[in-house]
This record gives sequence, structure tokens and C-alpha cells, in this order.
Amino acid sequence: MNLHAIKAIYAFEMGRFLRTIFQSIASPVLSTSLYFIVFGSAIGSQMTEIGGVSYGAFIVPGLIMLTVLTESVSNSSFGIYLPRFTGTIYEVLSAPVEVGEVILGYVGAAATKSVIIGTIILGTARLFVPFEIVHPLATAGYLVLIAVTFSLFGFILGILADGFEKLQIVPMLIITPLTFLGGTFYSISMLPPAWQTVTLFNPIVYLVNGFRWTFYGKADVNIAVSLGMTVLFMVVCVGIISWVFRTGYRLRT
Amino acid sequence: MDTIIAIKGLEKTYASGHKALKGIDLDIRRGEIFALLGPNGAGKTTLIGAVCGLVRPTGGTIIADGHDISKDFRAARAKIGLVPQELATDMFVTVWNTVAFSRGLFGLGPNKAYLEKILKDLSLWDKKDAKIATLSGGMKRRVLIAKALSHEPKILFLDEPTAGVDVELRRDMWQMVRRLREQGVTIILTTHYIEEAEDMADRIGVINKGEIILVEDKTALMRKLGRTEVVIGLKEPTSAAPTISGHTPLISEDGLTLTYVIDGDENDEAPADLIKRLAQSGMDFTSINMNRSSLEDIFVTLVQ
Repeated sequence: MNLHAIKAIYAFEMGRFLRTIFQSIASPVLSTSLYFIVFGSAIGSQMTEIGGVSYGAFIVPGLIMLTVLTESVSNSSFGIYLPRFTGTIYEVLSAPVEVGEVILGYVGAAATKSVIIGTIILGTARLFVPFEIVHPLATAGYLVLIAVTFSLFGFILGILADGFEKLQIVPMLIITPLTFLGGTFYSISMLPPAWQTVTLFNPIVYLVNGFRWTFYGKADVNIAVSLGMTVLFMVVCVGIISWVFRTGYRLRT
Repeated sequence: MDTIIAIKGLEKTYASGHKALKGIDLDIRRGEIFALLGPNGAGKTTLIGAVCGLVRPTGGTIIADGHDISKDFRAARAKIGLVPQELATDMFVTVWNTVAFSRGLFGLGPNKAYLEKILKDLSLWDKKDAKIATLSGGMKRRVLIAKALSHEPKILFLDEPTAGVDVELRRDMWQMVRRLREQGVTIILTTHYIEEAEDMADRIGVINKGEIILVEDKTALMRKLGRTEVVIGLKEPTSAAPTISGHTPLISEDGLTLTYVIDGDENDEAPADLIKRLAQSGMDFTSINMNRSSLEDIFVTLVQ
């Protein structure tokens, strides 16, 4: 195991995060605050409780999830796309490193950033709405699991992308809509029965509900199913990345 | 002779069907400076890429310092440093951080003293805290060299290291290459400045259209293929120039210029001998010019 290489890549990526710390943190914190003001305080005050949880508190896990998912995907995809774009990837490709080490470095750093941002948003949310977390350890674990999984997903996007605009498309056109439709702002039991069935094909439903369970001890979907789906997705991502490095697809000529 | 890189039957066919390397056999000797020459698109960069792990060969084997580059890639790559042709650098990172990153990436723990020495050798020490984006092109090139040396490689590939570098810096760079060789580093370089290869290299390989067409000791190559032209300007026109030591000159149309051609494998004193005899022959001349054919002339003849 080339521990020095993992450390070097991780430190390099975290350095990039620290150089842009202001926009890295300010933008998600600001947008989430806006959500809390509009949906939590303004509209939320007119809403009834959902399953014994106030509407403001109900949307907290979903909003954290929304940011963690998009941040993980964009941080990680950018992290590996940038060296491909500038050509500095030659160094990683010619170094005595294996795929696992490269993933640990890049994805580890991207996931760390997402967890930091998710935690900051959690703190910000607490300023707007009162809530208690029932299973705090599970919340932390779930946050890390989701951050890692979607950073892996972003890493794949960064390898497949052949232009900066492609990096934006997936978070904007897939992750954000699916998160909005994945029960961030509502309980799926509020939907007509036909739409409830359709919603179950949205993978984000399982993530949001799993995460919400760690907060309030209840959710629309069974926690075991949520966890299973997340882990499955992670395994698929690791499989794809291993294949990419083994065949050199899009990396080596 | 101790071989540090052994390339056998190396082939690379790109997905487009283009055959960039057609069965390359090449041995690089430990401690030498090897210059790889070839026109654009000859396969130089592909060959370097194959040894360094950037290009996946479609056939053949490469052994670097005893390690197969695909089966035992960790050990092989740890021995190799690469300075790419393109100035690919991270713009917002400091010189020190990027060099420290490279060392870590290649599996070595921090060593401030060593990195300091490299940066000082490359006149980068006072720029160690500068962001790479603020450096000139020549300095960026030196940063790439520092990165390639950061993990104390035994083999250094320099792909067009002096392209776009000013004369002074180029001279510094060659001094550094010589120092590295003295320290036992084997250096393989490609260059467009053929006079540099002539000046620096121990051996020269010429690659054209994916094939190695010649590998030769530089001095032997110059001797074998080089030649000297001795051009004599006469005071009076002549139609019958003397044949001296078996050399029959070409006479210019006006009869005022004689050109004697002396092959590279002849005695080094042959031109002087020729002129002495010419003077003894009673011919009066006003000028003497000597042109030694350069490696460039030899190269052009070879790839034509």
C-alpha cells in the first residue's frame, strides 16, 4: 500500500478546498439558509406536522442530503476532471499507485469536504428550527456513507466527462430533480397512491428517508432497505472505477 | 554492458488503427545519456509513454531496472522520473507543495533537505513559495523537472526539455543533466535541437515511422556518417585542380572555388594535410573554409 501517495493526493485535494474555502462553504450555507427561511419559517409555519415532526424540522435531513449529494458529486468529479483537463494527470498515471489508492485519495478528500459542509448546514439549520436527533451516531455514519458513495459516483462522472459543461449536467439535471422529488419537502404518503409507487423507483427516496430515520426514528421506507440500496450503489461505483483503471478507459491511450 | 531498460518487440496500435510503434527493440545502458531523435509523429512520445505507464502497449515487453513495467509496475515506476513535453502544471499550488506532492505520490516520505537541494540546483529555491501560475514558461519547465526528480529516480525521461526555453536556461539545464549523469542517473531525452544531442549524448537512436532505424555511439556515428568539406577560394581560376591524397575536388563554374570532401572515417589530420600539400603544389589561394557535417545533416539523410 502506497500510504504516502494516498496522503499526498488527499492533502492536495484538501488544499484545493481550503484555497476556495469561502465559496466552498458560503454558497451551500446561503442557499440552505434561504430554504429554511422560505420553507421552514415562512411556509412551514402554515403547515401541519408530518408524523409528529414540525414541517421545519421535517425538511432538515432532506436539505442536508440535497447539499451533500450535489457537493459530493461536483467536488469529486471536478477533482479528477481538472487534472485530466490540464494534463497533470500524467503524474498520477506514471506513479507507482494502484486504483484503490487513487480512489482513497481523491474520493476520501471529496467525501471529507461534503461531510464538513453537511455538518455546517446541520448547525445552520439548528439556528432556524428546533429539532432533536434520535440516533446521532447513525446520522454521522449515514452522512459519511452517502458522502463516500456520491463522491465515488462523481469520480466516475469526472472520468467520463469530456467537457466542463458535462460536469454540471448530472448534478443539475439528475441529482437535484431526483432529490426534490425524493421526499425532501414532503412525505411520500402525501402523494396519490400511483405516484407513491413511481417514487419508489427514485433511489434518492431511500437516501433521504434513511437519513430522516436517523433524525426522528421514523421514515416512509424501512431503514434496512435504505441502507441496502445505498451500499449497493456504492459497490457498483467501486466496480466501475476499478474497471476504468484496469482498462485505462479515458485515462491511458 | 549493463542494461537498465530493455525494450523487446514493443508495439502500439491506437484504436484508430494507427501503428505508432512497430516492434521496437532497444536497450538503454545504465548511466548513459541517450538521445532519441526523430521527426514529429515518429513515435518518440509514444515510446516514452509506454515505458512510463501512460500508454498501454499492444505488444512486447519492457524491463526497467530489472522490473517488468506491467507485472511489477510499482517497483518499475518508482525508479522512473518523467518530464513531459507539455507544460502541464497545477497553477494555484506553490512550487514547494507541488514538488512535495510528487515525492509523496511516488511513495516516499518527506525529505526537506533533498527537495531543497533539487530546488537550489534548478535555481528555484527563491521561488519555492510562489504559485506556479506566476512563473515564466522556463521556470515552469524547471518545476516539472524538480517534480520528476523529487522521488530520486534512477532513470529520467526528458521529452523535449528545452522546447521554448531561452539559451541561458537551456545551458543551465544541460549542466544539470550532466550533473545527474555524474550521480549515476540514466537519462533518455528527445530533442529537436540536434546540436544538443550532438553535444550531450553518449548514444543516439533515430526513430522514424514507429521503427528504430539506427542506434549508435555518437562519436562512431559522426565518424561513420559525418564528413568534412574543405572549400578553397583561388586567386586565379583553374580548370585542372590537383587530386591530393586521393581526393579529387569539385571545381566551381568560374573555376575559382575547389571543394574537397573528406569522409568522417579518415584521419583527423586529413584536412590540414590536404591544405599543406595544396600550398606545396604552388596554387595561390585566398580563403579556406571547412564545414563539418552536423548530426542534423546525418539525421536528415537518415529519415529521408
